[in-house]
Amino acid sequence: MSSALLYAGAGMGLLLVGVWALVLRAHLLRKVLAINVMGSGAFLLLVGAGAMGGGPVDPVPQAMVITGIVVSISATALALALVLRIAYATGKAALPEDRERDLMDREGR
Amino acid sequence: MSSASRPPGEPGLLLRAVLALLLLAAAAGVALALVAGQVAPGLSGAVAAALPDSGASNPVTAVLLNFRGYDTLLEMAVLTAAVVGVWSLGPAPRIRETEPSPVLLGMNSVLIPLAPLICAYLLWAGSSRPGGAFQAGAVLAAAGVLFIISGRRPAVHLPAAPMSWGIVAGLGVFLAVALAVMPGGRELLEYPRGLAGALILLVETAATVSIALILAGLFIGGRPEDEP
Repeated sequence: MSSALLYAGAGMGLLLVGVWALVLRAHLLRKVLAINVMGSGAFLLLVGAGAMGGGPVDPVPQAMVITGIVVSISATALALALVLRIAYATGKAALPEDRERDLMDREGR
Repeated sequence: MSSASRPPGEPGLLLRAVLALLLLAAAAGVALALVAGQVAPGLSGAVAAALPDSGASNPVTAVLLNFRGYDTLLEMAVLTAAVVGVWSLGPAPRIRETEPSPVLLGMNSVLIPLAPLICAYLLWAGSSRPGGAFQAGAVLAAAGVLFIISGRRPAVHLPAAPMSWGIVAGLGVFLAVALAVMPGGRELLEYPRGLAGALILLVETAATVSIALILAGLFIGGRPEDEP
């Protein structure tokens, strides 16, 4: 198994973990983190898959990933600012349909 | 734990099961595609063939600023839109109420003077080695963040223009260059061959300043007090 395949597989794993948390967790900070984990997984998957061909590494996926990283940083900053506003305005960092839920997601309940 | 004992609003077992099935299916599809190997030869050959005309000898920089200049132009637009969004939510929260620790101030006096130097190196290295506007801008933004968390102002008097001018400069210069090459029958962003290197450096320098200001502006978390 080549190291590029390992990177791509790890990226896919991160992507799945991120989607899982994004859908199931209620706290908006967790959702923002989940989107970040998803993004990191997508970047790792792209770069890993781009390096699997053997020969010279394809620069196009790398350029796309660095563009993606910058977009992901700015989207995270905007999302965090929105989470703060929601928490100030409503007293709870959750979407309206998740207001009733326990935001700490404590296990065993 | 049965779904009956679940607190109200908690996602049920059915939702979890459907989600798990969907994710496993997606994973299986991607894994099959990865194991099956490369279908197309990739673009490294095409990039290498066009590299001498691109104005940069580092293939990633050539892709970012020449072959796929649209991506980078629109990325600057996304960054500018993000900072406009954050600033429009309200004034910046006060970050520091107490006196900063001497450790932070001592570290600042070492790190902040180094930041412009590293920034200039990364910007210049981008044409031939790993580096470029985003890395350089991020280093400069880190110096800005150190200033912000220490609550101090730069001792050097920076030009007193509003921060928003610097924030739109990167997108503005990029758009101006993209449009300025059009007379003479060229497409948007199609640099003339002899000028490509100089134009890329001009775009990258403006982008570095803007990226640094945008990242610092995002860190502030709202519109700065002295900003109109």
